[in-house]
Amino acid sequence: MKKMFITIALLVCMTGLLSGCGGSGAKKTGQTLTVFNYGEYMDPDVISQFTEETGIEIKYEEALTPEEMYTKYKAGAIDYDLLCTSDYMLKKLMEEGELQEIDVNALENKGNIGDKYWDFAAQFDEGNKYTVPYFWGTVGILYDTSRVKEPVDSWDVLFNGKYAGDIIMPNSVRDAFYVALKYLGYSLNTKDEKEIREAYKLLLKQKPDVQAYLVDEARDEVVAGNALMAVVYSGEAYLGHQYNENLAYVIPKEGSNVWLDCFAVTKKCKDPEAAQAFLDFLCRRDIAQKNFEYIYYSTPNQAVIDILTEEERSDEALVPKDSSTENCEVCTLTDEKTLDLLNELWKSIKASD
Amino acid sequence: MNNRRNTRVLLSGPYLLWAVGFTVIPLFVIIRYALTDETGAFTLNNLFAIADPINLKATVFSLEIALMSTMICVLLAYPLVLAFRRLNLSKNRFMLFILILPMWMNFILRILAWQMILSNNGILNFILGKIGIGPLHIANTGLSIMIGVVYDYLPYMVLPIFNAVAEIDEDVIEAARDLGGNSLTVFRKVIFPLSLPGLMSGIIMVFIPSMTEFVIADILGGGKLQLVGNIIEQEFTRSSNWNLGAGLSVALMLFMMVSMAFTMKTDHGYGSDGKAGAVW
Repeated sequence: MKKMFITIALLVCMTGLLSGCGGSGAKKTGQTLTVFNYGEYMDPDVISQFTEETGIEIKYEEALTPEEMYTKYKAGAIDYDLLCTSDYMLKKLMEEGELQEIDVNALENKGNIGDKYWDFAAQFDEGNKYTVPYFWGTVGILYDTSRVKEPVDSWDVLFNGKYAGDIIMPNSVRDAFYVALKYLGYSLNTKDEKEIREAYKLLLKQKPDVQAYLVDEARDEVVAGNALMAVVYSGEAYLGHQYNENLAYVIPKEGSNVWLDCFAVTKKCKDPEAAQAFLDFLCRRDIAQKNFEYIYYSTPNQAVIDILTEEERSDEALVPKDSSTENCEVCTLTDEKTLDLLNELWKSIKASD
Repeated sequence: MNNRRNTRVLLSGPYLLWAVGFTVIPLFVIIRYALTDETGAFTLNNLFAIADPINLKATVFSLEIALMSTMICVLLAYPLVLAFRRLNLSKNRFMLFILILPMWMNFILRILAWQMILSNNGILNFILGKIGIGPLHIANTGLSIMIGVVYDYLPYMVLPIFNAVAEIDEDVIEAARDLGGNSLTVFRKVIFPLSLPGLMSGIIMVFIPSMTEFVIADILGGGKLQLVGNIIEQEFTRSSNWNLGAGLSVALMLFMMVSMAFTMKTDHGYGSDGKAGAVW
């Protein structure tokens, strides 16, 4: 329903745009950019504003998961100029030579993005040659403080059996294994089969205690009180807290996954200048703020963080502290052999009793 | 003469286009994927993968769910159909309308509603709590998947059986009574045999879709229980191993074809008169 509403809103925006073109005398350059993004991951106003200011038209396409995006991109039916996807998928595209180098230093608003986030991006994009950070966040535990009396600061609560039947784990091979690997003190990008198998055993042992493996509904189950805790993305945690103020979010001390979604220019883009203009536009403070207020994930835009209210800035789900992301890692695993092993082990976890 | 034939060809055109474009061609695409590996070389491994312990376990579980659900649907359908007949529904279709009404709503919405009813803090446990029972942990179990399947597919069982039973002439039943048959005998010797074509259609329409179900298992099983449909879905969407996904689908299709051939054979004796509501 929300999708539908957004589609309609987009259509309305676009018709408004067209009629606006004739009347308000916006620049008409005949340039177009095809942008590929996750669903509900950009304020539709931002797109129309860009066209209004530059005269460059945007064709906007959406996908749900990085894998879906990759399949659609590789199918080649549409020539995407710009795409926004996640760390490991960006790395994969880079390795396959699908991305075009950009000059981030030429971005007028480069300084708005905090140095910390350029460093994050450098973990998969060495020298910041291909990508511009867009949104980021952490993976952590959302729990109900009215019923979990002890302070939660470790992944241990998911594995010690104390909350059997009240735990929700992520229904995704990567996220589930990250939790187990980090709890065991390993890197989540490990290629060591022994470490992976150890994590597998842990997850297998944990399964009877797990109430459900969910992604999108995980937050709602904790909000509704059906479960005591869930592993969620930080953005979900912020919204969960809005619905039920007893909920708290913690990034466990063993460390976790920080994910970073960036925009990049594909090799198919014929108008790098226009693409550069779009990237610059996204980094502008007012635009980044609009998107932030639309999405409510953590923004890498320091200029926006600086003007947040005190309450927003102190919320770990919105602005994680440097100390809590200290042990966190960006996922950069693209090794096919390791991924096949993970998929196979995950399948057997899901199949066990 | 020729003209009439042309018209006939013309009229069947859209269906032909439909059948070729949306059934035959996709089927060949799937079979092609099923019989090749990633490099495009011929292999039968994808078909045999159904015997892999994980896949086999999911298939057996699917079979259990599908068989149980079909059985429950049959047990629920007959009393309902007999009541419908007594209510003389051929004239008054209101009750039937109520049965069909939920089908006008998207089935995922209906399953999400069941999730809210069955969850730990859900409506069912709330009501049970009021009368001092529970809480029951039904959510994310095989039982909750079965409830969803039965709820979703019951109309597909009731409608064909109702069609068959509604066609039975009242005189036939009265004759049976006059000859001394009690209600049970009348049902056993008259109504049930005459409803068999409908029952067969119902079984096929419930058993086959529930065997390949994956959305209900995902929502009501909490991702903890895997039907073979879930495994196939994941091969396509997550592991991007289309060959294996297609191979499992084809293996499942072959299994269905065998079981359908069996049902059709049983069907033959009763359905050959072309009467009643058999779908095939």
